Amino acid sequence: MGIDIRLPLGILFLLLGLTLVAYGALSDPSLYQQSLGINVNLYWGVVLLIFGAMMFILSRRAAARPETIPQSPRSSSH
Amino acid sequence: MTGIDWLILGLYFAFVLGIGVALKGSMKTSTDFFLAGRAIPAWVCGLAFMSANLGAQEVIGMGASGAKYGIATSHFYWIGAIPAMVFVGIFMMPFYYGSRARSVPEYLRLRFDEKTRGLNAISFAIMTIFSSGISMYAIAKLIQTLHVFDGVFQRLGLNRAWIFDFAIIISAIVVLVYTFLGGLSSAIYNEVLQFFLIVAGFLPLSYLGLKNVGGWSGLKAALGPSYTHSWAGLRYANTNRLGVEWFGLVMGLGFVLSFGYWCTDFLVVQRAMAAKSMSAARRTPLIGAFPKMLFPFLVILPGLIAIALPTQPAIPPHARVVVSAEPPGKGIIPLKVDATSGQPMLDKDGKPQLDYDLAVPSMLLHYFPPGMLGLGLTALLASFMSGMAGNVTAFNTVWTYDIYQSYIRPGATDAHYLWMGRASTVFGIAFSIAAAYMANRFNNIMDMLQLVFAFVNAPLFATFLLGMFWKRTTGHAAFTGLLAGTAAAAIHHGLTLPAGAVFGIKGGWLAVTHTYPSEMAQNFWTAIYAWSTCFVVTIIVSLITRAPEESKLVGLVYSLTPKPEEEPLAWYARPASLAIMVLAGTVLLNIIFW
Repeated sequence: MGIDIRLPLGILFLLLGLTLVAYGALSDPSLYQQSLGINVNLYWGVVLLIFGAMMFILSRRAAARPETIPQSPRSSSH
Repeated sequence: MTGIDWLILGLYFAFVLGIGVALKGSMKTSTDFFLAGRAIPAWVCGLAFMSANLGAQEVIGMGASGAKYGIATSHFYWIGAIPAMVFVGIFMMPFYYGSRARSVPEYLRLRFDEKTRGLNAISFAIMTIFSSGISMYAIAKLIQTLHVFDGVFQRLGLNRAWIFDFAIIISAIVVLVYTFLGGLSSAIYNEVLQFFLIVAGFLPLSYLGLKNVGGWSGLKAALGPSYTHSWAGLRYANTNRLGVEWFGLVMGLGFVLSFGYWCTDFLVVQRAMAAKSMSAARRTPLIGAFPKMLFPFLVILPGLIAIALPTQPAIPPHARVVVSAEPPGKGIIPLKVDATSGQPMLDKDGKPQLDYDLAVPSMLLHYFPPGMLGLGLTALLASFMSGMAGNVTAFNTVWTYDIYQSYIRPGATDAHYLWMGRASTVFGIAFSIAAAYMANRFNNIMDMLQLVFAFVNAPLFATFLLGMFWKRTTGHAAFTGLLAGTAAAAIHHGLTLPAGAVFGIKGGWLAVTHTYPSEMAQNFWTAIYAWSTCFVVTIIVSLITRAPEESKLVGLVYSLTPKPEEEPLAWYARPASLAIMVLAGTVLLNIIFW
């Protein structure tokens, strides 16, 4: 009812991913000493970005065919 | 917290509130508000089913237990949740959903009688208020301890003593706004958002921590076998860290407490009642069980890593906090400090105690740079909100349908009950805030209340089990059984004591006839006694009271209800297939971490 949660979920994670990627790319590398030298902002940002894009696309595809029951694949929850 | 962290937190708040606003227009009837119009897809309900239970206390508490007891904490998931989630989905949901009851107490009204419903509804309503208050208190305390707002407060020239109040008010207002506007739908949709945020915030933490200690084998080497085996020492209570033997664990936690919670607590069952079809309702707990099975790796593992790391100052310099010259704790877990004296608290042997509740927060501060730190703290806040919204939506439904509509004002218009739902959301949260302050001022009262709640909850599953699967069970029997079970729990608690405790709140207030090796063992056995007493008393009273009319029990009792029709679903998506998959996965995990 109301909304397809995948749309706000997708947008939120796209924005979070973008924020982290941008910050990760621009921030001082010495910041990442505490995270074992891994630029977690950049890498995890990319993961969130991909997840967000996936959710966004799924919600748009469901909206494009409104007559079918949006029987969402369970794989989207993992 | 730096600017980037605030940005991430702000983004999250904007979306949470946005969902509430977006749903505002579709709240036309009380069914929309309290039951989400019974129109939510199974996977959404499933994730909400799991996240409603995933409050901040769960995240913090499971990490703390991980640091204290090791991987055996995962029993709370693998034994203490999965079997019950499968059971409620496969066997009980046909009656909850099929009876069209709008709440768990209402099911009791349909199956038994008014007094059983009243007992359950009133105790449940009080309990949800207090537990949401206690979790609000916990999160505010945590925010205060982590000094996350200190920088801002300093810059704005505000008194740092207000941080506790600020944290309580802000979190309460956000939850209030989105549940007020969008009711259960809003809570459920936000729980899905919160679920993914919690995963996003905690997964990298486990990864970095595990990498740092050299993987699972490194963790094993650093901590020794007592931390890294879940079953190996369970033959006797004194050979494992939990201090419980396998029978008490399996029966007390795995059967009585777990089934009592997952199968009868309206807070979680409500999420399945909102599903769009019988099949979706049955799949709800099963879908929730998949992430539940894997969550130990997100919430327990960081606790183990925190205790395994070399002892060092917990907080990195950039976090801009007051680093005091406290003596180090163990791993990165600091010592528990008395708030008034500033001295470390000592246990009964005179050794300083560790503040296990800070295991997970210390991990966040230890590994996460600005950016990820914002995401991690947002995840923590998200978990708190999903837990609180679960309480609030369950409270307003039980209050409106089972108390207000039943005893105070029956026969009003639907619009009136919708209005009451909104109003009770407001005063429910107001009461929670009061409870949070009560927890802050009078810790002992809260401990006692939680004890009483445990007594009330322990026998519940016996009543539901008999009610759903034995048509002879009568209303008088259910009511007497519940009271007898609660009394048995109280008496058992009054007669026993965990080793090393003094009598009083920990037990033994009647006489000490038995000493348990640990508090956990005592809790589990209290539950076992309560359940067994309720079970036996309910059967006996049923046999001596007049049998209920069978025609009234259709759809409420197993033997009188036609089998639910299977929707045409792919083989892997059917309830039975999901159940087998999740049970097989759980068995496998138990073997791996034996």
